[in-house]
Amino acid sequence: MINLHGYGPRLMEGALVTIELAVLSLILAIVLGLATASAKMSRSWALHRFATLYTTVIRGVPDLVLMMLLFFGGQIGINQVTDWLYYQFDIDIFINVNEFVAGVGTIGLIFGAYMGETFRGAFLAVDSGQIEAGRAYGMSHSLVFRRIRFPQMMRHALPGLSNNWMVLLKTTALVSVIGLSDMVKIASEASKATREPFTFMFIVAVIYLLIASVSEWGFARLQKRYDVGFEEVD
Amino acid sequence: MADTPIPLEVRNITKRFGDTEVLKGLSLQASKGDVITLIGASGSGKSTFLRCMNLLEQPDQGDLIVHGETIRFKETKKGREPEDWKQVVNMRAKLSMVFQSFNLWAHMTLLENVIEAPVHVLGKSKQEATRHAHELLQRVGLDDRAYYYPAQMSGGQQQRGAIARALAMDPEVMLFDEPTSALDPELVGDVLKVMRDLAEEGRTMIVVTHEMAFARDVSTQVIYLHQGQVEEAGPPDQVLGNPSSERLKQFLAPKH
Repeated sequence: MINLHGYGPRLMEGALVTIELAVLSLILAIVLGLATASAKMSRSWALHRFATLYTTVIRGVPDLVLMMLLFFGGQIGINQVTDWLYYQFDIDIFINVNEFVAGVGTIGLIFGAYMGETFRGAFLAVDSGQIEAGRAYGMSHSLVFRRIRFPQMMRHALPGLSNNWMVLLKTTALVSVIGLSDMVKIASEASKATREPFTFMFIVAVIYLLIASVSEWGFARLQKRYDVGFEEVD
Repeated sequence: MADTPIPLEVRNITKRFGDTEVLKGLSLQASKGDVITLIGASGSGKSTFLRCMNLLEQPDQGDLIVHGETIRFKETKKGREPEDWKQVVNMRAKLSMVFQSFNLWAHMTLLENVIEAPVHVLGKSKQEATRHAHELLQRVGLDDRAYYYPAQMSGGQQQRGAIARALAMDPEVMLFDEPTSALDPELVGDVLKVMRDLAEEGRTMIVVTHEMAFARDVSTQVIYLHQGQVEEAGPPDQVLGNPSSERLKQFLAPKH
């Protein structure tokens, strides 16, 4: 039997933090990804440029570097702004970037760029006749999006989305460097204290694998749902 | 009847794609019960003309009056655009379109396709829309396919389903964009039969087609387009039976 030296409950708490972090980051990444895809497909030159800059920068810099840059650099930036507010306007506020919020923000920002590409490709794969039929029947832009574009886009986006999710999930391990008590941080503390790194890292690996397997099953079900009506075609 | 507004009137529509002027000032008036067929060689502008009527294409100039209401436009740097998209959306809800490639929404069953716009655009109750949809599907001979997805049906069935979807809007005018051109020859008949029935019951229809027999038997007016202009127009006996333009004679001549 594996001896956890009493770290069991804390590891479970850490696992919960990891899951929360991953899910919230995923939501942020999806929102940013949809916005990026829309910007890249829009007729506005400025929006298009901005979105391209975003995806280029994010995809070209290592996740760990970005995370430290945004977390430590971001704190300094915020401090400068609050100092300036204090000296200029006598407004005294102090904002301390919380590790969890910083983690969600950074991971969401990174994966928003990848999602943007996934969604853009998926939107372009929707047959234009389907959209046109919606417009011809008096649907507004938002109704066409909600009833036709989005559901039809999802079947093209899901394979990429699930892939991004798997990578995102594993990226959460990096937040331990900014001091967030996720599963990896707690396990590494436990490893040092007990000098049994294999035990704790093995458990962390198993938990990650478990989360990944459950989500793979979930994505397969979603794919089935969005493939309805298309089985005969492909 | 005198003060019932004319369902659809278009005046002097022009349209260019880049340097090519595809529509050179086309007008048309569809009174209630009219069946107007647009014929012409490919590239004559007949489909573009039809698509300008519900603004799937934006005409560069000209007026569009639907049920007595003139669509307002504004000039922008990118050309003319509708001033009020809400007005366009309302207008489109009065003109339903049947496409060459059917364009039934692939992720919905046939029944869902038929009730989609009545529920979400016209604000009908789902129950009422569903009841009406079953009636319409029965009319086009597809009630037993109500829960099928478009991909599970033949082209002819899809097109008849698309006609049911158009009818569900209770439209002022139905626009048909080459409804039989994508069908296998043996499936054309069923679709044309449904369209003949609609014409008989007094539906106002504008039909872009290559089916000359349909144009001859059913239409109240035939318009022959050539390079974005009306070459000849009038009742079918005259235009198809006794054409005066040399081009139209050639167009109608047997190809073999």
